[in-house]
Amino acid sequence: MTDNAKVVAILTAMKEAIDENAQFLTDLDAAIGDNDHGINMARGFKKVEADLPGVAAKDIGAILKKVGMDLVSTVGGSSGPLYGTAFMKAGAKTAGKMEIGMDDFLVMIDEAIGGVQMRGKAVAGEKTMLDAMMPARDAMKAAAAEGKGVREVLDAGVAAAEAGVEYTKTIIATKGRASYLGERSIGHQDPGATSFTVLLKAIASAY
Amino acid sequence: MKKIINAVDLVEEQMIEGLCKAYPQYVKRVEGSNVLVRADKKEGKVALVSGGGSGHEPAHAGYVGKGMLDGAVPGAVFTSPTPDQVYEAIKAVATDAGVLMIIKNYTGDVMNFEMAADMARDEGITVDQVIVNDDVAVDGSLYTVGRRGVAGTVFVHKITGAKAETGAPLAEVKAVAEKVIANVRTMSMAISPCTVPAAGKPGFELGEDEMEIGIGIHGEPGTHREAVRPADEIVDMMLDKILADIDFTGDVAVMINGCGGTPLMELFIVNNRVHDVLASKGINVYKTFVGNYMTSLEMQGFSITLLKLDDELKTLLDAPADTPALQA
Repeated sequence: MTDNAKVVAILTAMKEAIDENAQFLTDLDAAIGDNDHGINMARGFKKVEADLPGVAAKDIGAILKKVGMDLVSTVGGSSGPLYGTAFMKAGAKTAGKMEIGMDDFLVMIDEAIGGVQMRGKAVAGEKTMLDAMMPARDAMKAAAAEGKGVREVLDAGVAAAEAGVEYTKTIIATKGRASYLGERSIGHQDPGATSFTVLLKAIASAY
Repeated sequence: MKKIINAVDLVEEQMIEGLCKAYPQYVKRVEGSNVLVRADKKEGKVALVSGGGSGHEPAHAGYVGKGMLDGAVPGAVFTSPTPDQVYEAIKAVATDAGVLMIIKNYTGDVMNFEMAADMARDEGITVDQVIVNDDVAVDGSLYTVGRRGVAGTVFVHKITGAKAETGAPLAEVKAVAEKVIANVRTMSMAISPCTVPAAGKPGFELGEDEMEIGIGIHGEPGTHREAVRPADEIVDMMLDKILADIDFTGDVAVMINGCGGTPLMELFIVNNRVHDVLASKGINVYKTFVGNYMTSLEMQGFSITLLKLDDELKTLLDAPADTPALQA
């Protein structure tokens, strides 16, 4: 089981992972977007980290809700509402819980994906973060159903997310700013799918 | 990166403070936020809120004032303002007549403004919205998120603001905004990129002899790249695209907008050709605007906007406006 202290540690690891990849994410965005994804995500997670001490003793739902609100209020662009909604939806499913298991985590991912789809009006195959999130979710569900351990399940998710990022190189963007490029978006990986993979890796590395 | 700033993190804050100090007769800052509203709130009319990333100055705070916007929300450079900030703007300007949000069609802007509107409606505030999508450079097909909102947004601010100033109800104010949106088209180009302060390097690179046609206001790539040509040939190519989109026969308003780093001299050279071409096609220029209205930091380039006018739009375009960046 994962308790609230561990969730706080994971969120800190996420912040560090975003910092390490900020330039990379911004460069990916420069190619097919507006050159700021890493900058915006780093600003958001800086705020998340600053607010963690104030919510660290609370239940996991309250912590994640705060993370979501911080991201919505600091990231801007489309990543702010999308990641913010994802964390808030995940938080709503863990309200009052001081510890969670893999079953809870899979529900949280489902909720997060639902939130992103609702806010972004997107589906799979449009070269968005969903192209990493959805295969990761499916792979983790399959691995969990086979009775695999936490680390193995998360590793399966990371592998599927990475494959999803590779897949985004092969398709045309039809959502977000990259959609204006049409076929010129082919060959470039989606920054949002990449940042999701960075975050999922940070979770996996905590186990 | 060489810029006249103090620190990357302070760019937006110090820009907002400097703007307020320049124009206290027009705007004031809503305490604890980045929101700029009219110095004197006007009751009994529909309140107009717009905004977007910073770096497009004078848009949008420069259009706050009589006959135009009631509130503007600047986000981080080239980044949509966040929902809590837009919500603060809506709350600050809201009247019994309601609030109309003027949103440029970018995925992030639309998401953040819509989240803010949801928050405001929970508080019982009437909020409606229009989405500006005047950029003919990008395909408005099912396979994109639709055309971008660019310099034509300034015409939406001007004319919708004039309508709101008359005390017209929200539905009528919105209808006028949609009429402008239906009749305004823009095409842009650039010969040099711009650098977002936090990024520290240009968002794209152009060769010494290259230009990007159809570029967006954040330096997003456009339709294509080619060798620089004489101004008249560039204008002809851009007007072809605009004039092919809708029938502009009759009276039009013209805006030659500089991207931030373009000398006025060059904008007038562009305007000279635009007028000649329009005259040769039997299109009458009713009014012309030349200047930096919707910029992209220090980018060198320009956009051409045409707005097809009927009697109602002419009257509203000519109606008084008194804002930092536009007077009529």
